[in-house]
Amino acid sequence: MDFLSMNTLGYPILSILVFLPLAGAVIVPLLPGENSVRVWTLLVTLANAVVSMPLFTRFNPTSALYQFAEHHPWIASFNVNYTLGVDGISLLLVMMTTLIMPLCVLGSWKYIQKRVKEFMICLLVMETSMLGVFMALDLVLFYVLWEAMLIPMYLLIAVWGGPRKSYASIKFFLYTLAGSVFLLVAIVALYINQGTFSIPALMGQQYSERFQLLVFLAFFIAFAIKVPMFPFHTWLPAAHVEAPTAGSVILASVLLKMGTYGFLRFCLPITPGAAIGLLPALQWLSVAGILYGGLTALAQQDMKKLIAYSSVGHMGFVTLGIFALNQRGLEGALLQMINHGVTTGALFLCVGMVYERSHSRELSDAAGLGKFMPIYVTYLTFFSLSSLAFPGTNSFVGEFLILAGAFFNNKIVAVCAIPGAVLAAAYMLRMLQRVIWGGTNNPDQSCMYDLGWREAVTLAPLLAFVFWIGLAPEPFLRVMRPSLDHLLAQTGYHAPSALALAELIAR
Amino acid sequence: MNAHLFAPELVLLAGCLLAFCMTLTEARTQTLRLLVLCVGVAFAATSVLCLFAKGTLFYGAYRVDLFSQLVKCVMSIGFTLMLLFGADTKGISVRMRPEYYFFLLTSLLGLTLLSSSVELITLFIALELSSYSLYLLVPMRTPSDSMRAPMEAAIKYLLFGVTASGIMLFGMSWIFGIAGSTYLDQILPAMRTAGSHAAPLVGLLMLFCGMFFKLAVFPFHFWAPDVYQGASNDTTAFIASIPKIVAVAVLARFCAMAYPGEGHVALLLTGLSIASMCYGNLTALVQTDVKRMLGFSGIAHAGYILMGMATLQGWGIATALYYATGYLFMMLAAFLVLCVVSPDGRNLSIKDLNGLSRRSPMLAFVLGVSMFALAGIPPFVGFMGKFMLLTGAWRAGHTALVIIAAINTAIGIYYYLQVVRAVYTEAAQHDAEPIVPYVGARMAGICLVGLVLALGIAPESMLQLAKEAVQAAW
Repeated sequence: MDFLSMNTLGYPILSILVFLPLAGAVIVPLLPGENSVRVWTLLVTLANAVVSMPLFTRFNPTSALYQFAEHHPWIASFNVNYTLGVDGISLLLVMMTTLIMPLCVLGSWKYIQKRVKEFMICLLVMETSMLGVFMALDLVLFYVLWEAMLIPMYLLIAVWGGPRKSYASIKFFLYTLAGSVFLLVAIVALYINQGTFSIPALMGQQYSERFQLLVFLAFFIAFAIKVPMFPFHTWLPAAHVEAPTAGSVILASVLLKMGTYGFLRFCLPITPGAAIGLLPALQWLSVAGILYGGLTALAQQDMKKLIAYSSVGHMGFVTLGIFALNQRGLEGALLQMINHGVTTGALFLCVGMVYERSHSRELSDAAGLGKFMPIYVTYLTFFSLSSLAFPGTNSFVGEFLILAGAFFNNKIVAVCAIPGAVLAAAYMLRMLQRVIWGGTNNPDQSCMYDLGWREAVTLAPLLAFVFWIGLAPEPFLRVMRPSLDHLLAQTGYHAPSALALAELIAR
Repeated sequence: MNAHLFAPELVLLAGCLLAFCMTLTEARTQTLRLLVLCVGVAFAATSVLCLFAKGTLFYGAYRVDLFSQLVKCVMSIGFTLMLLFGADTKGISVRMRPEYYFFLLTSLLGLTLLSSSVELITLFIALELSSYSLYLLVPMRTPSDSMRAPMEAAIKYLLFGVTASGIMLFGMSWIFGIAGSTYLDQILPAMRTAGSHAAPLVGLLMLFCGMFFKLAVFPFHFWAPDVYQGASNDTTAFIASIPKIVAVAVLARFCAMAYPGEGHVALLLTGLSIASMCYGNLTALVQTDVKRMLGFSGIAHAGYILMGMATLQGWGIATALYYATGYLFMMLAAFLVLCVVSPDGRNLSIKDLNGLSRRSPMLAFVLGVSMFALAGIPPFVGFMGKFMLLTGAWRAGHTALVIIAAINTAIGIYYYLQVVRAVYTEAAQHDAEPIVPYVGARMAGICLVGLVLALGIAPESMLQLAKEAVQAAW
């Protein structure tokens, strides 16, 4: 247990964070009326966001240990424990999840009119399982929460989704579950090999090359589907497009991050040999994702589809950073995970707001909104600029670090990824141009009134993060650095150093 | 004789007599139901009270230990919950109800005796008592044009059952020939000293057949889908759940004898496990009748259970027992919904469940939980059980089996999800009215969902109990 720094706050902060939403969900059926349900859910998610604050303020940024840890036996006969903890890798993801959830509730305030109780219960159960996934330090606990999340997400798409909800929800469920089955096999294999499910204890152990390769591939399939990496991405556009706004936001902001989190938490530290052996292939897959996502986004007429495909490209950048396997790349990848959560979550909220008004997501129907919705298009502009990695915004920092990391590792790969950034600019600016200045097709624009205070408040915190991370990323990078250094040390991989590269170029 | 050792059986016996007397009276509906419910509750209560009873009866032919008592406990709780399903037994004509309950109770009595029998002839008689009662229950359904004739199902059930029993009896005679005794505790050392000759192995495999039939393991599964479809919903609920756990228990006792040619037995169990999983899951994919689908999925689940058996080790069998317990409750939860939703006791197709979440959120929830649990999604017992079975099988060296089982789990999701999809995303028919479940059904639903969830989240105590039970039996 020397890798755990036990919780000394005096109260089990992580357990509270995980179970507070679930407890809130239990109360929901007892509440009268739909508005009280909305208010209650908002309060619970806000309370959770407040409870998560001490994580950031009391976190020791010089330590690579798992902090605020809790450890209790769960299924003793199988050596399964209830172990929670956060390190620099999971801390920001936990914070982002607690931040996003109240915004999802606010974003669904008017959007969801039928079966509000069930909807809010699904959101709260989602929050419990998502937070649990980022905190779990036991493989069985991790898997249980990882899978438990499928049920509310499935229902969110299947019940409150668009016209093709049935198809999209089943596709989402089957794809991710098929991946999870491999994850389960990998978990069982590791347990048989080491006799423990403890994630930190499994890191840095000696495994045979063949074993590493098999376990890595099993992990990889599960996480690559979740990310989703090209060519495992086909479930994503359907799920994103059909899901209700809150579902899309959760999918983009948190669920996709679980795949890349899995790479950082399992693939690199537990099976580093296999990961290093496959690095070139993984980097090229990432580049393929970046280019494919960008090109397909460019061809979309549906705003939600456009953002969904852009996610494939952005997540390609994240995996590129991870598989650059050096400090810059990893920092960039982790930061970009947060950035993508903030920016794409905000963009989905924006699309939802238009959809609420016009019941259409077609770019042509949303054309010329600048005249009617000035506040809205201001927000949209900033988030779009962030999405295309404009300097001064959060994604710029992330993408810069990723490309720098990739460049140190493999110049050709990095060069090939750069058109992805150009493509992002192309599809985002195309969208902005149409939405803000495009000629209106629709003669009746009376429904296109500007944002109300609730909507403005929903987007404001995300915008604040766009600039905070964009202008002063150090507080965020500071907390992740020791854990990422530790992770790099565990992989034992020495990427070509910057100095050597400079010498190479000079020659 | 210590009466307390035999208390649950005595209660059931009294219940059988009472039901028999009821066949002679005019009481047909509510009084009868209430009476049987009282028997069920009394049976459950005595089973729980006698959980830690220990001893032997009838010259050692009947052993009361934690193993048998645990099985009785699970069985009795399941049975009592099953009795709460509906305000009346829809598929059975009022005229036949006392007989229906009588045979239900005798079948249960047979199963109860089976779980404690440690002597081959007692075991055989108990098995036949339970089986013949079931053969009679199946054709009691009031026939209608839309369903496969119950009689056809009954005849299929009978023929397959009798054949399986015959093979089992043959195996018993073979084993008696080798060991010179019909008592399991005397057969055990004899089998061990018999070495890896073919004779004990053949005897043992034939002995297994009887239980494979009950569990509907491939290739003894042919009866299952037809009987599930042909029998009334309540009868199917019984056949699909309660005999299975007893079959697992008896199989567990037999596995203790598998020392001669251990490798061969393990290989056979592994092969049957793979065949059952693949066949059950693939055929379930194309079913439209929910009960028939559950029948095929039952074959697949028998395959999962055999994974634990194939380890031939104590804890592997304990996990199989744990899984069978979970399976019983998951199946009952699914059948609860079918029994309540079906308006006149007819079979439901998946389409009939369209929009159930609108008609009754509670029933939709219970069905959703049972389907996700059967599919092996956490945090329900179906996941924990499968996870432990996979771990056990891998630990025993059956890596290929684990991978095939994992792939099968993924296949299975599809058809379970079809049901959830119908319930939650499809629109109900225009004339579909809201369903308000009867209070007993609501209670049973809450209990079953609670059990499926609790066994999944906190499996430790049940697992420990199963472990100790298997130790007591071996």
